[in-house]
Amino acid sequence: MGAERRTFIKFIIFSAAVILAPLFFSGGYLLNVLVFVGINTMLAVALNMLLGFAGQISMGQAAFFGLGAYISGVSTSVYQWNPWLALLLAAFVVGLLAFMIGFPILKLKGHYLAMATLGFGIILYIAFNETVELTGGPSGLSGIPNFSLGSFQFDDDLKNYYLIWGFSLMTILLCVNLVDSRIGRALRAIHDSEVAARVMGVNARLLKVQIFTFSAIISSIAGSLYAHTMTFISPTSFGFNFSVELLTMVVIGGLGSVYGSFLGAALLTLLPEFLRTFQDYDIVAYGLLLVIMTMYMPGGLVRIPSFFSTFLARIKPGAGKHA
Amino acid sequence: MLRVEGITQVFGGVTALKDVGFSVQEGEIKGVIGPNGAGKTTLFNIITGIYRQTAGNVFLKSEKISFLSPEKLARRGMVRTFQNVELFGAMTVLENVMVGCHTKSRCGILSSCLKLPMHLREERHIRERAFSCLEFVGLEHEASQTASNLPFGKGRLLEIARAMALEPRIILLDEPAAGLNSRETEELGRLIRKIRDSRVTVVLVEHDMELVMDICDSLLVLNLGQRLAEGAPREIQENPAVIAAYLGEG
Repeated sequence: MGAERRTFIKFIIFSAAVILAPLFFSGGYLLNVLVFVGINTMLAVALNMLLGFAGQISMGQAAFFGLGAYISGVSTSVYQWNPWLALLLAAFVVGLLAFMIGFPILKLKGHYLAMATLGFGIILYIAFNETVELTGGPSGLSGIPNFSLGSFQFDDDLKNYYLIWGFSLMTILLCVNLVDSRIGRALRAIHDSEVAARVMGVNARLLKVQIFTFSAIISSIAGSLYAHTMTFISPTSFGFNFSVELLTMVVIGGLGSVYGSFLGAALLTLLPEFLRTFQDYDIVAYGLLLVIMTMYMPGGLVRIPSFFSTFLARIKPGAGKHA
Repeated sequence: MLRVEGITQVFGGVTALKDVGFSVQEGEIKGVIGPNGAGKTTLFNIITGIYRQTAGNVFLKSEKISFLSPEKLARRGMVRTFQNVELFGAMTVLENVMVGCHTKSRCGILSSCLKLPMHLREERHIRERAFSCLEFVGLEHEASQTASNLPFGKGRLLEIARAMALEPRIILLDEPAAGLNSRETEELGRLIRKIRDSRVTVVLVEHDMELVMDICDSLLVLNLGQRLAEGAPREIQENPAVIAAYLGEG
C-alpha cells in the first residue's frame, strides 16, 4: 500500500511541476523547447516499455512517429479532416501496422531485431520522401491545421504546451500503472528469463507484439500532436537519426524507469540548446557528455541520487573501511 | 496422470533418447535417475514443451500434449523448475511468485493501464495468493528482497513457490537438490512431500540417492538414453542391471 501511495504522490508532484513550469519560463523560446520535451517524453516512455521492460529493441520508433504525423498531416491538410479524428485514424492505422509486422519481426532477437526494425524505419523514411503528391516529399508538408475545441484554438506555445503535456502526463500515468500490473510483471519476466516466463504460462510472443503495438500507438499519437502543433512536417524529423536519439534518451535516462525516460528526453532536448555557447564545438561537448554519462552512470540519470549517496559514503572518513 | 510413450530424441547424429516410455500415477512422487548423460534433462525438456521430440507422444490425463508450448502446458496444469534456477532476477521475491499467478488472472493491457476496479481486485487476489505460496516454502520474510540477492538454496525454494502459484496438477523438478547442503536437502524432502500432500503429482530428476530413495514412491532409471528399469525404490536398489550401470560393470 505504501509503495502505491508513493508512486501516486510522485506523479502528483511531477504534474504540479509541469503545470507550473510555464510561469518561470515565460520567454517564448524556452517554452517552445519544453513543448518538444513533452513530445520526446511520450516517445521515450513508449520506447522504454519495449526496451527497458520487455527487453526488445526497436530502431524504428521514429517511423511510427512519422507515420502518425503524416497520416494526421495529409488527412487534415489535403482531405480537410478534423485533427482529432485524424489523430485517432493515425493511431488506429499505426497500431494495426505494428501488430501485423510485430509477429514476424519479434520472432527475431538482439541484433537481428535491431536490423529488422531499422530496415522498417528506413523503408518508411523513403516512403515519406518519395510519395511527393501526398506528403510533399523532401520539401515537406505545410498548412496542417492546429487542434481546436469548439472555437478554442491551440494556436500558441502556451496552449500547445498544456495540450502536449496533458498527453505526456497521461502516457506517464498509464505506463506507471502498467509496469506495476500483471502485464508489467510478465514483461519484466520475459526480459529476465523468457523460458521461465513461458513455463509460468506467459504467452511471450503475443505479449511482445502487444507491447510493441502499444508503444507504436503512443508514438503515433505523439506524431499527430507534433504535426498539429508545428503545422509543418518534413521527412528529416523522422529519420534514422531520430530513432537513435530516442534510444539514447531511454538509455541515458535509465532503462526500465518511466521518469528516467522523461529525464533522458529533457536532457537530450535541452542540452543542444544550452551548448549553443560552445558555438562550433557544441557537438563535441554533447558527444563527450554522453560518453562520460554512459561510462560512469550506466544505470542512467535516475540513479544519480543513489550514485551520490554511495559516493558520499565512500569519502566519509572511516566509512569505507567497513564496506 | 502423465504417460510418456516411445520418446526418441535425435540431436544431429546423436541419439539422446531412444524409445523411452513410462507413466506417473496421480498423487505419487516419481523419481527419474540415471548416470550423467543418461538423458534425464532432455526427457524433462520434451515433456515440458521446450524441445520437440523426434518421435513419441506425451499424454496428460489421457489428453495428448505432445508439441504443446510451455505456456499452453502451464494452462493445463503442468509446471517445472530448472536445474540452474531460472529466476526473474531484477524483480522482488514476491513479484516472482506473482508472475506464477499469470494463468489464474486475466487483466489485459488496457485494464492494467487504467487501473480499472477489476484490475485492482485481481491484483489484491494475486498478492494474497503469492504471499501464501511464499509461506508454503517458508520465504515470507524475504518477500520484498530482490530475487537475484537470494542465496542459492532460497532461490530454489522461490522457484518452487513460483511454480506452486500456478496451482498445478503436476510439477516437474529438475535436480532440486543440486547445490544444496545436507540440511537444506532434508528440508527440501519435507517440502516435496508437502507438495504431494497438497494433491500435486511430483516428478523429479535427482542425483541425491538418499533423497530419492527416501521420498519417491516409484523410480524410472535411464541409462544411455534408454529405459533401464522402473519400479519401487527397493526393487530398483536390488536390480542387477541398475547396479551394473551405476558401478560401471559390463
